[in-house]
Amino acid sequence: MKIIVCIKQVPDTTNIRIDPETNTLIREGVESIINPFDEYALEEGIRLQEEYGGETNALSMGPPQVENALRDTLSMGIQNAYLLCDRAFAGADTLATGYTLAAGIRKLGGADIILMGRQAIDGDTGQVGPGVAENLGISHITDIRKIERVDADGTLIVQRAVEDGYVRLKTRLPVVLTVVKEINEPRLPSLKTKMQARKKEIKIWNKDDLEVDTDRLGLNGSPTWVTKIFTPPKSQRGKLFAGEKSEAVAALIKELRQAGIEPDKNRRMLENAGN
Amino acid sequence: MQGIKVIADNCTACGACEESCAYDAIHVVDGTAQIDEKCTLCGACVDACDFEAIEIHRKAFKGEDIAAFSGICLYAEHRNDRLASVVLEIIGAARALQKDLKEPISAILLGNGVKHLAEELISYGVDEVWLVDDPAIGDFCEDIQADLTTEIIREKKPAIFLGGGTVIGRSLLPRVAARVKTGLTADCTELTIDGGNRLLNQTRPAFGGNIMATILCENSRPQMATVRHKVMPEAEKIEGGHPGKILEFNHIAIPEPKIEFLEFVEDHTQTVNLVEADYIVSGGRGLEDPKNFALIEELAEAVGGAVGASRAAVDAGWISYSHQVGQTGKTVKPVIYLACGISGAIQHLAGIKSSDIIIAINNDPDAPIFDVAHFGIVGDLFEMVPEITRQIKEPL
Repeated sequence: MKIIVCIKQVPDTTNIRIDPETNTLIREGVESIINPFDEYALEEGIRLQEEYGGETNALSMGPPQVENALRDTLSMGIQNAYLLCDRAFAGADTLATGYTLAAGIRKLGGADIILMGRQAIDGDTGQVGPGVAENLGISHITDIRKIERVDADGTLIVQRAVEDGYVRLKTRLPVVLTVVKEINEPRLPSLKTKMQARKKEIKIWNKDDLEVDTDRLGLNGSPTWVTKIFTPPKSQRGKLFAGEKSEAVAALIKELRQAGIEPDKNRRMLENAGN
Repeated sequence: MQGIKVIADNCTACGACEESCAYDAIHVVDGTAQIDEKCTLCGACVDACDFEAIEIHRKAFKGEDIAAFSGICLYAEHRNDRLASVVLEIIGAARALQKDLKEPISAILLGNGVKHLAEELISYGVDEVWLVDDPAIGDFCEDIQADLTTEIIREKKPAIFLGGGTVIGRSLLPRVAARVKTGLTADCTELTIDGGNRLLNQTRPAFGGNIMATILCENSRPQMATVRHKVMPEAEKIEGGHPGKILEFNHIAIPEPKIEFLEFVEDHTQTVNLVEADYIVSGGRGLEDPKNFALIEELAEAVGGAVGASRAAVDAGWISYSHQVGQTGKTVKPVIYLACGISGAIQHLAGIKSSDIIIAINNDPDAPIFDVAHFGIVGDLFEMVPEITRQIKEPL
């Protein structure tokens, strides 16, 4: 089975803070990391390879330093890594990104399963997976929480997380799957895989290496553009209670009732319905 | 750097661009801003610069003839014979846009035996329902839905196409956008019409809610967006009824599905649906131990509410991911959101901001949760939470 995992290098948004004085982003100490959701995709790719055989590949698009992120995927145990790197790719929105990654996957000769995280934590769009699938003309399923099995006849059964549970779906290879973090627990690199990763070459392709229409790349191929960026307004600090527990809680509940909210309304309704 | 240029004469080396860049790609060196290869052309610095010293050059995107497109269309997601609640929120947003645009609202409705939902859509203010009602359309499957939606859009040419920021909407719309080669903005929290050029201003949070971005799709149609669930107010039914029509698209062939629906399995760990709950009691790292979630559950039960959790509590394995509230979990909009022992990381706040009332209990008065909480108790949650449960259970 041939597996391609698409990854994105992102700023670690958990460390981004807003400067309360100037209301701007504080970038200091913010590292570039592999998008956390993509780590689950990498783990799932490696597990599939361990169970069914075949090969694992990691693919990314971005500036030269993304090589570091791809090196980390090799340390985890991915076998080959490829970077699509060209100034012409810069400024891509999700439409242009899906187009370019699909061209990279075609250059790799396609795959049976293409995996990625459900969304990247910098843009939070989750749109690239379906876009890649459409550009390749194959199916996609988002929010996969479990790949139950892949059968020899090329069908597979997966579980997709939905708002109030999950659905079981059956489809055929090739397919693009985006994963949620319930799916597995990503492994840490072992000393052996780290050593192996250091020796491996990461293949870098530019736009001339791909069969692409240059009008569909990067900024030029992106119909959407950001016209304004602003920090959300800070809200007023609310009313705080402290002190002895029965007094603090009584003050809070009194305040809620004054605001017209009955915290126990639902319970009383449920009880009445039961009577 | 290709695509972006600093105009040295305008640059005052003030450093505002440096602060705005989330990719560490712009630095003031020798009295002017300089951009390196880490630049993603996101445009944050252009916006941050007060001196018009940074320019991004872009060719206009080659889209279709945009003059041929008009009207506001929405995707009418439904399940178990009912419209998804996000659909009413989208209709509310569409009606607000309609006031400025003066163009009709349409809805794409695909399913089997769903004609009554078409009537319901009209009662909320939809002018035209574009319907495919056919037994060949089973439970939601991307491939069939994407084919039908794309065909209808190509035929009817709406200028705007909106869907829910739900599992279904966020899977279907990107596929449709890639096929018709147009722009799609994910998970918008605000939609307005730009007065001058009648374009759709699409505003959404990015970087985990740290910043907001307003996005335009100028040269291709439709302008597509998914709408974050539980942010925009639901539309009310139009008093005295609303004249609308149903157009059936029976001429579009329904393809063989490539994805087969096997079964739906409900999440039984949650007695009250978190996303739809009026009352939510959430626990975080401050609970210290998974068994202390019992305190949260008791209070949730006392108010007839749902149990939520912070990412820290989920990542620690104290409670299942289906309870996670926040950017990478669920967005909620209850009447009361009670956060117990949750410090209030920006990712968590992103998921609770639309709650009517946020109450926080934390022993750290400087916890960021108190910046968004309407009410708070500074104190020990192990004392306060059982006390709230006790007082609420007390007869009036």
